Amino acid sequence: MSAAGPEIERLIQLLSRLPGLGPRSARRAALQMLQKRDTVMRPLAEALAEAADKIKACSTCGNLDVADPCAVCSDYRRDDKIICVVETVGDLWALERAGAFKGRYHVLGGVLSALDGVGPEDLNLASLIERARSDEVREVILALNATVDGQTTAHFISDKLANLSVDITTLARGVPVGGELDYLDDGTLSAAFRSRRPA
Amino acid sequence: MIDETANANLKSAPGVTRLKLTGFRNYAALDLTLDPRPVALFGSNGAGKTNLVEAVSFLGPGRGVRAAGADAVRRRTAEGHDPIWAVYAEAMTVEGPVSLATGSDPAEPSRRKTRLDGAATTQTALARLFPMLWLTPREDRLWAGPRSDRMRFFDRLVLAGAPDHGSEASGYEKAQRERQRLLDKQYEGARVDPDWLNALEAEMAARGVALAAARVDALARLQSEIDARPDTAFPKADLELEGLLEARLAAGEAAGVVEDDFILTLQDARRRDGAAGRSLTGPHRTELSARHREKDQLAADCSTGEQKALVLGLALAQASAIARVRGAAPVLILDEACAHLDVARREGLAQGLLDLGAQAWLTGVEAGLFEAFGEGVQRVRVEDGVATRLDDQG
Ligand SMILES: Nc1ncnc2c1ncn2[C@@H]1O[C@H](COP(=O)(O)OP(=O)(O)O)[C@@H](O)[C@H]1O
Ligand SMILES: [Mg+2]
Ligand SMILES: [Zn+2]
Repeated sequence: MSAAGPEIERLIQLLSRLPGLGPRSARRAALQMLQKRDTVMRPLAEALAEAADKIKACSTCGNLDVADPCAVCSDYRRDDKIICVVETVGDLWALERAGAFKGRYHVLGGVLSALDGVGPEDLNLASLIERARSDEVREVILALNATVDGQTTAHFISDKLANLSVDITTLARGVPVGGELDYLDDGTLSAAFRSRRPA
Repeated sequence: MIDETANANLKSAPGVTRLKLTGFRNYAALDLTLDPRPVALFGSNGAGKTNLVEAVSFLGPGRGVRAAGADAVRRRTAEGHDPIWAVYAEAMTVEGPVSLATGSDPAEPSRRKTRLDGAATTQTALARLFPMLWLTPREDRLWAGPRSDRMRFFDRLVLAGAPDHGSEASGYEKAQRERQRLLDKQYEGARVDPDWLNALEAEMAARGVALAAARVDALARLQSEIDARPDTAFPKADLELEGLLEARLAAGEAAGVVEDDFILTLQDARRRDGAAGRSLTGPHRTELSARHREKDQLAADCSTGEQKALVLGLALAQASAIARVRGAAPVLILDEACAHLDVARREGLAQGLLDLGAQAWLTGVEAGLFEAFGEGVQRVRVEDGVATRLDDQG
C-alpha cells in the first residue's frame, strides 16, 4: 500500500506515462511539485492548460504551434524550393536545433508499419504529394530514420513522387542503422544534410 | 607453458577482468577478479558453471547461450524471486577497457537493459567491442539437427567477425514480417497498395543481399583458414552455403544485380507466399552443409564424436580467422567441450586456445580436464552458486 492518497497516486500515474519517467522518477517529480507548489506546480499547470488549448498541428506541414500556418511555414526568409520530410515533430525540432536546414518541412506523423497497423492512409501523404506538385518545389529531402520502417516509407514516398518534376534525396548514411534522428548530435545531423544524395 | 607470441596477443584480445553477479540464476552475489588468460570452471553437475558462462554471454550481443529472457535468469529461492538481477563486468576490448552492465530494467523488471560505460548502447556496438563465439552441448546435435539451428550457429560465427551482421539480419526479418502481414491481408481479400509491397521488397532485397554477402565473405575466409591450418587435433571441414543469393554472390555476380533480381523474385512470389502464409525464398532459407574432409563424408553421417570435433574445429578456425582480420580473437565460451574429448584432442584444444590468446571460458566436472593448459589457465571452483578462484601463486 502507498502512503499517498488517491489524488497523489493519480498524479504519479499520469506522470509515469511520460517518456523517460518510470514510476520512481514520477514519484520524485510529483513530490518536487507538491513541495514547490507556487514556483513550479501552478505555473506548470497553467502552461499545460494553455498549451492544450492553443497549440495545434499546422495544416500545411504538421508542425505544432499556436499559429496556423506555423512559424516555420510563415517565415518568408525560408526557401520554398526545398521540403524536408520527417517522421515526427521531434525530428523537426532536432533539425531546427542543429540549424542545418533553411527550407520548409513536412511532418508525416509516423512511418509505414503493417505490424503496428499504420498504413499510407494514416500518414500525411496526400498533402505532401499536393505540396510537391507545386511549381516552386524543386527538391524533397526524405530525412527518415535508418530503421526498416523509416527506409520502407522513404522507398514508398519516392515511388509516389517519381512522376513529378522534383529531385528526391535522402540523408547520407551517417545516420546509424536503427538510429533515430532525434537522438543524433547536431554535428552529425548537419553533416548528413550536406552530403544528401539522390534517393 | 605459455607461448611468447600468444602472450603478446593477450593485451588486446577482449576479455573479462572483473565479473559481478547479483541475483543471477543460482548466484545470490559473486565478485570475481580475472586476468586475460582462459578461465576453467570446474564443479559438480548443477553447481552453476553454465549459469556463470551464461552471464558472460550476456555481455555480448543477443540473448546468450540459453537464449533466455530477462525473467528466466532472475534468482529463484524457496522464498520467491529476487527483485532484480544484474551482470556487471569490467572488460578489456579492442578499443580499450570498458564497463559493461546488463540487468533487469528497474522500471520494467521483465525487460533487460544493457549499458556500456554507463550509457545506453546498441547490439551492433556490443558485437564490435565484445565479439563472442560459443559452443554448448546443444551444438552436439548441430549437423544432424534442424536447418535453422545450423544457420543460427553459422550467423553467430559471422557476427563475431562482422558486427553489422546482426542488424542486417534483424532488419531483413522485420521487413519480411511486414511484407507477410500485407500479403496475408491481400490473401484475405483486402486491398494493399502495391507501392507499399514494392518498398518492403526493396528493403528486404537490400538487407538480404548484405546479409548473404557477409555470410559468403565469412565462409570464404573461414574455409581458407581451415585449408591453411596445419593438421590439428580437429578434423577439417569443407563447407558450403546453399542459398539463392549466396550462390550467385559466391560466383562473383555484382551485388546490385543480385539485389535487383531478388526484388523481381519476391514480386513474382507474392501470390504464392500469401497462400503459404510465409515467404518461401530468400536468405532466411539458406542451408549450411559440411563434409568431413578426411573421411569424405557428410558431417551429419559422421559419428557423434566426429561431429563434435568438427564443430569445435570450426569455432577454433573462425576464432583465428577473426584474430587475423581484426587483430584480436573473440571471447570463446566452450561449455562442457572437454568432457568427451580424448587426451590428444584436449591437448590440441589447449594449444589452439593458448596460441589464439583468446579468453576462453571452459567448463567441466573436474579440474583434471584442464591439465593440458598448465599455467596458461585460471582455475575457478564452482559449488552451489559460489565461485572461488584458486590462487595459482599459492
Ligand atoms: N533462475 C534461477 N534461480 C535459481 N536457480 C536457478 C535458476 N535457473 C537455474 N537455476 C539452477 O541452477 C542450477 C544449474 O546450474 P548450471 O549452471 O546449469 O549447472 P552446471 O554447473 O551443471 O552447468 C540448477 O540447479 C538450477 O535449478
Ligand atoms: Mg552445465
Ligand atoms: Zn507549418
